[in-house]
Amino acid sequence: MKMKNDGYRLVTFSTYAVGEKELGIMYHFDKDLDEAHLRLVVDKEKPIPSVSGVYFCAMLVENEIQDQWNVKFDGLVVDFNRTLLLDSEVTTVPLVNNVKIEPKN
Amino acid sequence: MASTVIPFGPQHPVLPEPIHLTLKVEDEIVKEAVPALGYIHRGLEMLCSIRDYHHMIQVCERICGICSMIHATCYSQTIEELMNIEVPPRAELLRIVWSELHRMHSHLLWLGLFADAFGFEALFMQFWKIREKIMDINEATAGNRVIVSVNVIGGVRADLSPDQIRWILTELDDVEKQLKAIQPTILDDYTVKSRTKGIGVMTPEQAIELGAAGPTLRGSNVAQDARMLGYGAYSQLDFEPVVEPDGDCWSRSTVRFREVLQSIDLVRQAISKLPEGDINVKVKGNPPEGGEIYTRVEQPRGECMYYIRSNGTKHLERLRIRTPTFANIPPLLTMLPECELADVPVIVLSIDPCISCTER
Repeated sequence: MKMKNDGYRLVTFSTYAVGEKELGIMYHFDKDLDEAHLRLVVDKEKPIPSVSGVYFCAMLVENEIQDQWNVKFDGLVVDFNRTLLLDSEVTTVPLVNNVKIEPKN
Repeated sequence: MASTVIPFGPQHPVLPEPIHLTLKVEDEIVKEAVPALGYIHRGLEMLCSIRDYHHMIQVCERICGICSMIHATCYSQTIEELMNIEVPPRAELLRIVWSELHRMHSHLLWLGLFADAFGFEALFMQFWKIREKIMDINEATAGNRVIVSVNVIGGVRADLSPDQIRWILTELDDVEKQLKAIQPTILDDYTVKSRTKGIGVMTPEQAIELGAAGPTLRGSNVAQDARMLGYGAYSQLDFEPVVEPDGDCWSRSTVRFREVLQSIDLVRQAISKLPEGDINVKVKGNPPEGGEIYTRVEQPRGECMYYIRSNGTKHLERLRIRTPTFANIPPLLTMLPECELADVPVIVLSIDPCISCTER
């Protein structure tokens, strides 16, 4: 919320694996070409607080991360329930090894 | 009033991009739009774990044909910065020449499609006829019309001879002359204005809040262009972001039209500053262990971002790409409500959607 009040535009997030159980998230912001980055390391098993309530445009990024990393965002304004990019019958998670998931109905 | 749900896309006669929108319509007025993506998702980011970092240039180029040169430039610059590689000045300027040629052919392609979307087929033909000259330049100088594949880590693989430079400048004079001849038809024509003025309006505040990028952002009076960061050799060139105030479809199309003329000027400036010297340097080793980098460039559709993590091997640990259309979908979802159903193709096209980029 502070970044928004300061007039920063959300560019996107980048995610990367931190070991087997954690996920690193870099939030990239921009204000008149001045960049700012915030880093958050989260447990993959626990829901991640969504920022889509503050920045609506984060909704697409968070849905993409849900698709690709098998994590859950808490408070997502539009939740595609892991079917934004993947078909509902997909059972493998693209960016996580050896994880099988239930197909969506 | 009972509402009707109308599926728009993923295959639609006026929209050559496989985006699907579920439109909730009441009395021909769109009340809500929900997107569905994923029809052409290819998982290209994942390929970095099985492809050598040199080979990933070819993968990045194929994220999108129209922006291929600028995708490859962004990827190359990111790796070069990560490995502290100094690119020869001639290569930096040659990259600008091909990048701006790509911006021109992308915008000309879009201007033609946009004209076609509101039924102006003669104008569509004129823009594509002009675009052919740019495609001919690409073919003559790099061997390919769309995916030119000139970038390598450390520079470029093709050079321009003095004869080619003279020919490019002559062709660009011709392109400029032809564009100025049809400028009144796109910018002053009653029919064009009636289909685009006041349609799909987005205010500057909305554009910033929704993370809009490129001509969609600049069409809403926000003067932001990633080229102003001065990456590559852009710091040597003199230009200002093209901005239009109204935030409607007309403003976004005007920004793109004016950017073609701006790109012609940038190619001329880059060629005038082209020094003698090498066009690439030999690259040894792998990106460093624990390396992390974030780079932005300006593509025809807007700002594109690459985030890379390296682990000391020839494979990258993580490659994350945020393309401009991905950023422009949330703005689109706020432009559509309360528009007429007939204006949906015009508004969707006004953000210049590239679903190939969006789904990577």
